[in-house]
This record gives sequence, structure tokens and C-alpha cells, in this order.
Amino acid sequence: MSGSREAVLGKIKQSLSTDASDQERRKAVQARISDHARNLTPKRTADLDQARLIDLLETKMKAVDCTVQRLASMDEIPAAVADYLKGQNLPATIRQAPHSSLANLPWSKNAPMIEVSQGRSYGDDLNSLTACHAAVAETGTLMLESGAEGPTTLNFLPDNHIVVVRESQVTGTYEDGWDRLREKRGGTDMPRALNMITGPSRTGDIEQTIFLGAHGPRSLHVLIVKD
Amino acid sequence: METQSREFKSNSVDALANEPLQTAMGKMKKGFTEKRRKAVAGLEEFEELRDQARDIKNHTLDHLDLYLEAYEAKVKENGGHVHWCANGEEARQTILKICRDLDAKTVTKGKSMITEEIELNDFLDKQGIEPVETDLGEYIIQLRGEKPSHIIAPAVHLNQDQVEEDFRRVHTHLPEDRNLIEPRSLVNEARQVLRQRYIDADVGITGANFLIAETGSSVIVTNEGNGDLTQTLPKAHIVVASLEKVVPTLEDASTILRVLARSATGQEFSSYTTFSTGPRRSDDPDGPGEYHVVLLDNGRSSMLGTEFQEMLRCIRCGACMNHCPVYHAVGGHAYGSTYVGPMGVVLTPALAGIEETGVLPNASTFCGRCEAVCPMRIPLPKMMRHWREKEFEKHLSPASSRYGIGFWAFFAKRPSLYRWFVRVNLAMLKLWGKGDNVRFFPFKDGWTKYRDLPVPEGKSFQQLWKERQKGDRN
Repeated sequence: MSGSREAVLGKIKQSLSTDASDQERRKAVQARISDHARNLTPKRTADLDQARLIDLLETKMKAVDCTVQRLASMDEIPAAVADYLKGQNLPATIRQAPHSSLANLPWSKNAPMIEVSQGRSYGDDLNSLTACHAAVAETGTLMLESGAEGPTTLNFLPDNHIVVVRESQVTGTYEDGWDRLREKRGGTDMPRALNMITGPSRTGDIEQTIFLGAHGPRSLHVLIVKD
Repeated sequence: METQSREFKSNSVDALANEPLQTAMGKMKKGFTEKRRKAVAGLEEFEELRDQARDIKNHTLDHLDLYLEAYEAKVKENGGHVHWCANGEEARQTILKICRDLDAKTVTKGKSMITEEIELNDFLDKQGIEPVETDLGEYIIQLRGEKPSHIIAPAVHLNQDQVEEDFRRVHTHLPEDRNLIEPRSLVNEARQVLRQRYIDADVGITGANFLIAETGSSVIVTNEGNGDLTQTLPKAHIVVASLEKVVPTLEDASTILRVLARSATGQEFSSYTTFSTGPRRSDDPDGPGEYHVVLLDNGRSSMLGTEFQEMLRCIRCGACMNHCPVYHAVGGHAYGSTYVGPMGVVLTPALAGIEETGVLPNASTFCGRCEAVCPMRIPLPKMMRHWREKEFEKHLSPASSRYGIGFWAFFAKRPSLYRWFVRVNLAMLKLWGKGDNVRFFPFKDGWTKYRDLPVPEGKSFQQLWKERQKGDRN
């Protein structure tokens, strides 16, 4: 159904007063869309080496109420998750994303008490564990990709969301994150959902006082792991 | 678009006497401005980013037809549908048809001003489809049968005790003796009540902060996560967006996102910024089976190429109303329109017609704070002036102000008479105010009821200017 497509487009063309030819305008639009030219990006991340970027990421994440833990290897994840859940007085269960990078975690060896299941959430999981596409140091922002390995429901339905960030995934700006996505997926192919997540869910709708855990996760715990 | 903007004056009088409203507005006017100030101070490139954000939108508007065509092609490529709608009625019918085809009983909604503009909730209700607002502020005002009083903080006119009263009135399935003293418990109660509604809903409707021509994505920016649950869980996701939301690339959206949250809530970035591209893919474990974009014109294409084109750069951050002394004094409901505050008094006459909204462009002191904080550098006061001129040309302004201007013009055209009149009046004001403040003035008690007029100190501007010029020459 195209509805009023021609009428609306016709009205726009008629209203726009332009001296440029149709061909020039088309060329300008095509170039802009395919060039992915960056506009100004903040200096705060420009000259940082990877170690400093990771420090900035941690600072920015803590500023938006995330908790952050650094790990030396992926094998340390199960014990770290177990400690975190225990420390927060949470049930020893985890719903894990079916992500290839998380496939071989030594749960039974290092955290046998945790009940681990895999797949999307239907609303009855308290804790989730997911991977991410990138983590942007500029504002402490995670980028999560949907797909077979990344159910979107794990990012929003559970009360507590734990995200694994590998050090090589830490970037300076959002633009770095987009470039990596284009490289990974080829061209302008986007996942169905790309979630940029900066801290846990919050609301200021009652007298502008901020409360965490409005509808999404009440807590966001980030594990930064050496590659 | 229907408005009750003609009642702005009497609404304002009521608002000034409304104690709970004044309490709530007292809290809001400090909070937002201080948070924005800190966020802006924390990013040294902020002013340059504003220039670039303005330029991105100007370029896009100049090529709007082509960017929309490119965007549409990408949505289709990803399995989505684009429905072009010239007006609100067409948009409502389109949404209804999508819902009917899915046999929808309930629809969850993310916060969306454009669905307020087309009054979608009332319409769906009448068709037997229940709309459920899920943003906490929107949920509260839906329970109260009110409209949003702010474009990003819809319940900013309310106090905590009023929300508690509404929750007790509506959530009758919960124990009567539950404790709701802490605002935290109100947030938890809404979370609990709405959780099942997300899961049960057949269709999820959201607005869009951006549409990306490069990828065919729609973008929502939220803090609560309600918009994401709304668009992820149901069978279909309907995005309702107006034409001017399109931007060329992910890079362009990123630039505008850097000024959006800082201007709106004073956050560096909102909790959730989500880019949605088409329906669920074959190997996706979740996501909506259908993805529809209702692309709405509703008067916007007529603003292109006019003195109001720049208004189409607006990204709905709310900074203009957060810094507006008129908005602070009377709140959003007094405006009688969907869009309120400085952006509302410019946009509403463009969408509904100046004949319907007469006095609205006069709801300003021309202090210029709105333009000073607008991340998209929209010259709001200039456009309000354009509307006032049109109002005068069309003989829509009230007789008293027309006669007033005529009276002033009579003297202004006769300089010596003007000077004499000013001198006499200065002297009379001094006598009337007993050398201090004028507390009452015949026929002007609307003004003096709320404030005193300090008596003029000595000479008129023209006298002082003349003396200064003389002094310079000497």
C-alpha cells in the first residue's frame, strides 16, 4: 500500500525552492549516503591508546550506574558471575545468549552451583549474560547486535543484565562502532536491532527524581575481559 | 489537528492560581536547566556540534524528497513496509487496518508525540482496540485522561501524591494497605502492572527520533526501556514518524545524538538508543514478525520553502520549554495544544492554522533563551514574530491590541507630540506611584495583579540619547 506517496512527494518537490538540477541533487544525496563521512568527533578519545580508552570506558560506565569488573581471561567469567550474583543476593541462575564467544565457558568446573540455560527470554529470567558488538568509551555505551547469537529480549526483560566486553571491542567513538559493524556485516546491512545501552533502565517521570529499573534491567554489570 | 489554544489567556489565569501545578513547576524549572548546563560544560565541542547538527538537517531538508525515497527503498529491501500518509485521518486508518489484519485487541505504545498529534489513543479506543501507554509519565497521564504537558516529561505538572492517588484508584487488584509513600514504590508498581501487558500485546507502536536513509532504520531514544519492550515483543511493530525525521547516515545521526540527550535531560547519552531495521529475520530468536512505518506529512511539506522551514530541524528535546519563563509560569496544559512551549507556539499554527491558534505566538516574552539553548539553532523568536505579523495581517489579533497599536502609531508618526506625551506620562506615573511602585493601574489590572511596575527613574530614553549624542560631540 503506497497511500499518498505521489501526492506527498509531489508536494515536497513543489515546496522546495532549489536552483540545482535534478541530476546534481541526486548525485549529492548518493555521495552523502555512500561516503559515510564523519562529522566532528569529540577530542576526549582522539589521542588515547587502548589501555587509556578502556580506563575511560570504565569511568564513563560507572558514572551511569554500571558496575564494572576486569578479568584476565574468558575462563574467569563463570566464577565472576557466581560472585556477582552471590554479592547481590540473587538466585544462582543465568540465561545466556547463544553466542559463539560464550560457548565454551567452564561453568561446570568453575561455578557448578549456577543453573545455566541458553536462548531468548520469555520474561521469567532474573539474570542474563550476553556478548556485545562494541563498547564506546566516549560515553560508556555498549552496542549490542540482534541475531541468532544475540536475542534482544535478553537485553530488556531480565532484572540483571551482565555483558561481556573483550578489550579489543573497546572503541573511542560511535563512528568507530559503525565502521566495525560495516566491516563485519558488509556494507549497509544492519542487524534487525542494534541496541546502544548506556547504564541500566531509569526514569525521572515522578518529580524528576531518578530511579533505576523502570522497565528494563535494574542493574547492568560489565565484565571487561583481556583478549 | 485540533487545539484549544484560543483559551490560552484564561487557561493561564487558572494555571497561576493552581497550587499543585505551581509546586510541580517550581521543581522542574531548576532541575532541567542545571543538568543541561553541566552536560554542555562537559563537552568542549558542544557549540560546533550544534552548528553541524543544524547543517545536517538543512542539507537533508533541501533534498527531502530524495532522502525519503532512499529511505523507503532500504526499508523495503529489509522486508518492511512504508505507508505514506498525507494527514492524521489517513494515518489512523492505516494503523487501524494493520491492527485489524492481525486481529489485535491491545496495542502497547512507546512514548510518541506524533501519535498525540493524530490523537491515536481515542481513535483506537473507539474502534475497540485498547491502547496501553508504557512510558511511566505517559501511563500516569493516560490513567488521568490528560494530555502530556511536556514533550519529554509528560507528567511534569504532577506531584508524587497525585500519582499515588491515581494508582490507588486504578490498581484495585493490589492490596489496599500497600505502602506507596516512597516514589520508588510507585515506579515498581508501574513496572509490575505493565510487564504482562507488554507480553500480551498484539501490536507495539512507537515514534521515531530519526529515520536513517542509508540503512532504512528507525531510531528511538529512551531511558526506561519501555520503547524497546514495546517494539520487540508483539507480532508487529508500527513506527509512526513525520517526514522531517530522516537523516542521511549513521554518522549524521551520531552527531545529532551528541547534542540531543545533553540538551534534553542533561545526560551524555540516554540509556537506550535503538536502531530497528525491518522485521524478524529467519534465524532471529525474537523480534516482531511485521515492521511498518507510517510516514506522516500532516502539513509539514507546506512548511518547506517558507519562513517556517527551519522549524523542521526540531528534534523534540524540550530544551526550549525547559528554559522558557512563560512555560515555567503556566505549564504545558495552558497552551491547549499537543506541542507546547516555544517550539509549540511556532509549530502549532503551522500545522493547525493561525486562525485556530491566534494568541499562541504571543505566549513569549521574547527573552531569547529558547533560541540560545536550541541544539538545532532554530530562530524561535524570529518565527514567533512572523506569526504575529500574520495574525495582525489577517485581523485575528484582539481589538484591544489592534486599537492599542493604532493609538501608538498615531503618536509615533508625530515625534514632537510623542515626546510631549511621554514627558507628561512619566510625570503622572511618578505621582500615581508615589515615587515608588505602581501597584494598581486602571484598565491594566491584569498586569498589576501579579507584579508591581517600578516608577520611571527620571528621563525618557530619547532624552538620554539626545544628551549622550551632545556629550559625544563635545
